[in-house]
Amino acid sequence: MNIVVLIKEVPDMTKVKFDRERGVVDRAGAPAEINPFDENAIQAALNLKKTKENVTITVVTMGPLRAEKSLRMAYAKGVDKMVLVSDRAFGGSDTFATARVLAAALKNIENIDLIICGEKSVDGDTAQVGAEVAEFLNIPHSYYVDKIDFNDPLDGEVIIEIEHISGNRQERKMKTPCLVSVSKNIAKPQLPTLKRKLESLDKEISVFTIKDIKGLNKENTGFNGSPTKVSKIVVPGEIVRESIIYRDDVNDFLDKVEEVLASKGVL
Amino acid sequence: MLEKKAPNGVLVICEQSNDGIHRVAYELLHKGKEIAQSLNEPLECIVLGYKIQALSELSHRCADNIFVMDAKCFDKPEEVLYKKNLVKFIEDRRPNIILIGATEFGRSLAPRVACALKTGLTADCTDLIINDEKDFIQVRPAFSDNILAHIKTVTYPKICTVRYKEFDEADIDIEHKCKITNIEPYFTQVDHTTVSNIFKFNDKAISEADVIVAVGRGLRDKEDLNMFGVLADLLGGMVGASRAIVDAGLVPSSMQIGYSGNRVKPRIYIACGISGAPQHVAGMKESDIIIAINRDPSAPIFNIADYGFVGDFYEIIPMLIQRLRKRGF
Repeated sequence: MNIVVLIKEVPDMTKVKFDRERGVVDRAGAPAEINPFDENAIQAALNLKKTKENVTITVVTMGPLRAEKSLRMAYAKGVDKMVLVSDRAFGGSDTFATARVLAAALKNIENIDLIICGEKSVDGDTAQVGAEVAEFLNIPHSYYVDKIDFNDPLDGEVIIEIEHISGNRQERKMKTPCLVSVSKNIAKPQLPTLKRKLESLDKEISVFTIKDIKGLNKENTGFNGSPTKVSKIVVPGEIVRESIIYRDDVNDFLDKVEEVLASKGVL
Repeated sequence: MLEKKAPNGVLVICEQSNDGIHRVAYELLHKGKEIAQSLNEPLECIVLGYKIQALSELSHRCADNIFVMDAKCFDKPEEVLYKKNLVKFIEDRRPNIILIGATEFGRSLAPRVACALKTGLTADCTDLIINDEKDFIQVRPAFSDNILAHIKTVTYPKICTVRYKEFDEADIDIEHKCKITNIEPYFTQVDHTTVSNIFKFNDKAISEADVIVAVGRGLRDKEDLNMFGVLADLLGGMVGASRAIVDAGLVPSSMQIGYSGNRVKPRIYIACGISGAPQHVAGMKESDIIIAINRDPSAPIFNIADYGFVGDFYEIIPMLIQRLRKRGF
């Protein structure tokens, strides 16, 4: 079973600053980290490796060269191989161009059975790249997966469960190769061991540039290859509310609550 | 060879849900009508499903044309089969703009459709604008809801998914006439995915509730959830929870409210023992009225609440229940 986990390096969102006046996102003071949703994807793969024979996990990211730090962190957690897809030409890619690059890059990796990705990224928030990669590769996909299983040895299909928090569960069988985007509930991320952390430092990373990937050129990747363009960024103001806070006067508070419930037609 | 016709019209893709058509479609028709009128183009919609109900309701909403693919193969929704049929339809019809509800299935389906059509997709829009130059501007939150990006698509069709409950529904007009066209599915099977089972665990999604009583880390015991159930019932609402309570295994994730859970916009949101971490606030900050009860006067939830009480909800909630019962509830 060859599993690929697609991850993204993102800024630590608690440290990013948003300038309302100028409409600018300032990531300078925010350290980079693995997208939190992708931590669950990595752990889902690691859990399969723990329970099944012959599972090889390759973690793949597209980004600048410094994104190797996130790959090494994934290695420290227990994945087997690392691939960095990196080229200046890929800068400014929207989800479509990103998916085109990733799908083309994955063709350099032999015999992939299963691609796992996180639900969405905390910076882009789109949740689109997974399904777009699947479409480029012409393989089936499922979203919001919280359980993955397969017969050992793999017999050409995985059995998955999907949870839609709006109210239903699904069971599906998907022929491999296929792509699943997992929910946060699939697995709780674990910390790496110190030994693996040290090993990760000098482990080789395969780097694919535009020249190493068939079908890519400067016109169909990056900003040029992106059908969507950001025309403006607005940092919205906080919603201002009255914030009337009661401390000791329980009855005054409850009077107010009843009044509000009545005014909103609830009572 | 025939010249391809220029892209024209706004197409809403409606999703079949258990009791008819997912209501986000009616909201998209409302917004779609506005866009179609400012571009002087028709408003159309298509619905794929099996034994589709509510078509007559749909027909009174304001679309000029309704296309229907009603067939057994759409009984259990699967993205690739839907995509193949929609892509064929879209290539024939050549709409200018396509609106899809950002439901879970919509989010999973839309990227496949857009990618197959080699066009751009904008996710989770909260507003759609036609500007003075007649450009179609898609407004969407990004960076964990901290910014709003205005996005233009330079290819056709321009496709976006739109969040539920962002726009009012199109009015029902029984005088409104539209043409309904039934279409045989172009494809009826895929051989790589079998949806073997679908079961519902919730009759009503929490995003539909008018009143939500939400509980957070302040909860001491699972049994204590009963009191929230009682209050929610009295108010005709539902019980929600913060991520902490879900992670602790006390309630299912269908009750979770927040960035990685459900986004809700009820008329009344009562937050009990919830500190107001950004993760939670992202899912409820647009509620009409927010009422917070927390023992910690410095809890950030008070900054976004309309009304707050610094105290123990274990004392306050039973008092509120008693008051409501006195009113005859």
